[in-house]
Amino acid sequence: MTDIGMKPHALSIENLSLEFPTYDGAVKALDGVTIQVGNAEIVGLVGESGCGKSVTTMAATRLLPEGRYKITQGTIRLFGRDPTVMSDEDLQQVRGKLVSTIFQEPMNALNPTIRIGKQLVGVIRRHEAISRAAAETVAANILSDMLIPEPSRIMQAYPFELSGGMRQRVLIAMAFSCNPGLIIADEPTTALDVTVQAAILRLIQGRARRTGTSVVFISHNIAVVSQICDRLYIMYAGRIVESGPTRAVLDSPQHPYTRALLRCLPERVQPKAQLESIPGTVPNLLDPPAGCFYRPRCLEADERCHAKPQSTTLTGGQVVACWQRSKSQTHVSNEA
Amino acid sequence: MDATPLLSVENLAVRFPGARNWFGRVTSEVHAVNNVDLVVLPGESLGIVGESGCGKSTLVQAVIGLVAPTSGRVVVEGHDFAATSGRQKTQIRQKMQIVFQDPQSSLDPRLPVWRLITEPLHIRGGMSAAALRTRARELAVSVGLRSEHLDRLAHEFSGGQRQRIAIARALSTDPELLILDEPTSALDVSVQAQIINLLLKLQRELGLSYLFISHDVSLVRHFCDRVAVMYLGQIVETGPSSAVFDHPAHPYTQTLLASVPSLQNSLQEIDASLTGELPNNRRLPTGCYYRERCLVSSAGCEKLQDLATVASIGHDVKTPNEAGISDHMVRCHVGVTAALRLEHLA
Repeated sequence: MTDIGMKPHALSIENLSLEFPTYDGAVKALDGVTIQVGNAEIVGLVGESGCGKSVTTMAATRLLPEGRYKITQGTIRLFGRDPTVMSDEDLQQVRGKLVSTIFQEPMNALNPTIRIGKQLVGVIRRHEAISRAAAETVAANILSDMLIPEPSRIMQAYPFELSGGMRQRVLIAMAFSCNPGLIIADEPTTALDVTVQAAILRLIQGRARRTGTSVVFISHNIAVVSQICDRLYIMYAGRIVESGPTRAVLDSPQHPYTRALLRCLPERVQPKAQLESIPGTVPNLLDPPAGCFYRPRCLEADERCHAKPQSTTLTGGQVVACWQRSKSQTHVSNEA
Repeated sequence: MDATPLLSVENLAVRFPGARNWFGRVTSEVHAVNNVDLVVLPGESLGIVGESGCGKSTLVQAVIGLVAPTSGRVVVEGHDFAATSGRQKTQIRQKMQIVFQDPQSSLDPRLPVWRLITEPLHIRGGMSAAALRTRARELAVSVGLRSEHLDRLAHEFSGGQRQRIAIARALSTDPELLILDEPTSALDVSVQAQIINLLLKLQRELGLSYLFISHDVSLVRHFCDRVAVMYLGQIVETGPSSAVFDHPAHPYTQTLLASVPSLQNSLQEIDASLTGELPNNRRLPTGCYYRERCLVSSAGCEKLQDLATVASIGHDVKTPNEAGISDHMVRCHVGVTAALRLEHLA
């Protein structure tokens, strides 16, 4: 199904809208989300809780509960293939072999009753026709690649015997074990300490760069994402409000939401000074406001914002969905 | 030179029974807090930072009386907390209140907001329902809730609003010290900013002291006057936030600060050995607790160091007895001289 002569994107989501039907009506979780993840590219997906970060990637790997959601428009392509129409057998081959996911809480992602080694070998042999002994060697190698001391001892251990940081390394090893083309890292460091977090980020980045794996890195922490990602997507209430190369987005954020998000961080202000906060709350996705979803909280909103903003591409590759930026494409500094 | 402390913790240790033998006798102990000295002055904020498992939460739980200290004293306004009883103990308790990390689990789901907020007053007794309700309204308004919220239940609120309810509840007994145990780590950054602003405003208006626990270094730097860095149940470095964060003297503090993700710089190359984990606290290491992970460990590290005042250029090293409360002190005989810090800055 691949395009002739051109390698397809690792992940390409076009104008995806998705809703969850409930008794109170449809919750519009995603509205026109467009994300491209190129080969060997590390892409960050940032937003506050409930903005649709995880739903986007779970829709792409079809991990959402069948029949509980409805894709109302748009297309998803994983390495050129459409996961929404795949057979279950195909899907199982794709997950793990082509795409694998690192979840936030490693204790929930590992089977507590099976030794680490057996779980790793199981994943490897599920996708590759090699002997148990060969798979064990592969597993041990990948564990030592993750800077785990004494891999043979760790492989004999049960998940509960390991610390949170160790468990997360095991999970990353498992995700990388079949050399997938795309890794989805869903808040992999949120439950960890900063020193361990720094190590984990470096492991993911280093391994991905060496093997040419694409990574979608989901986080609510814009500082963490900025450390390892080439490009960023900022999400708000189920829409992508801004995207672009990491440095460009951080140095000259264009969307009022991105700016507010950066100004909320204590890092950039004087100690004890008033931190900027975003007034109001996230819209109810059962009944979102007309036009721009950020309008009720936006300080720059005017008449035009009652209509849905179109994405505008700016020089430097930044894409922003805001009426205030679509007319004047002048450079607006961060301090403004 | 320093004011009388509101709270002082003297040589506090907390150990929990680890394993028991066949007869039920304790054979090993978990050393959660190891001989901590702390002082909180009226109106100031003291931050406690450290990795998970370093004993931050156990320390404050011992301070507020939720766990019994194995040894050491907690002194509140000159009264030894453990030695008091009856009415005096109740009075001391009311001077200290705590706000927990997760408002979802620290608020009773079946009580309306006005009852939640006035729960401590209800326990103290002596107030009519009408008076409690009036007080609840005052408190709710002071933390930015509206009076129509008073009859709702906790689940009807967002995380940030629930944390406001928890703060209002903590304020109900007119405390002088609020213990904040990771009050914003369950919240989004925009909501975190609102809560931090609220806490700073309350401090200005009511002259509150804060004991602020967090693993978020940039937040502690923003929020706290002084900071104590904990490692394996021990304070390894303490001093004014600016001094500790701008010129860290302990190798552990330096590693911790280098690991903090920042918007300004990209991922820093840190030696892989530094990213290890806390040693087992069932059997404490001999000598300096940080020795195994430390890059500058040398002769002298096999001996457990005391906190000593960091030498600034032209000053001598002072021992804790001569040092003031707000001096920059470190538990490392290498870091106490200026050499390590100069190297760090280079």
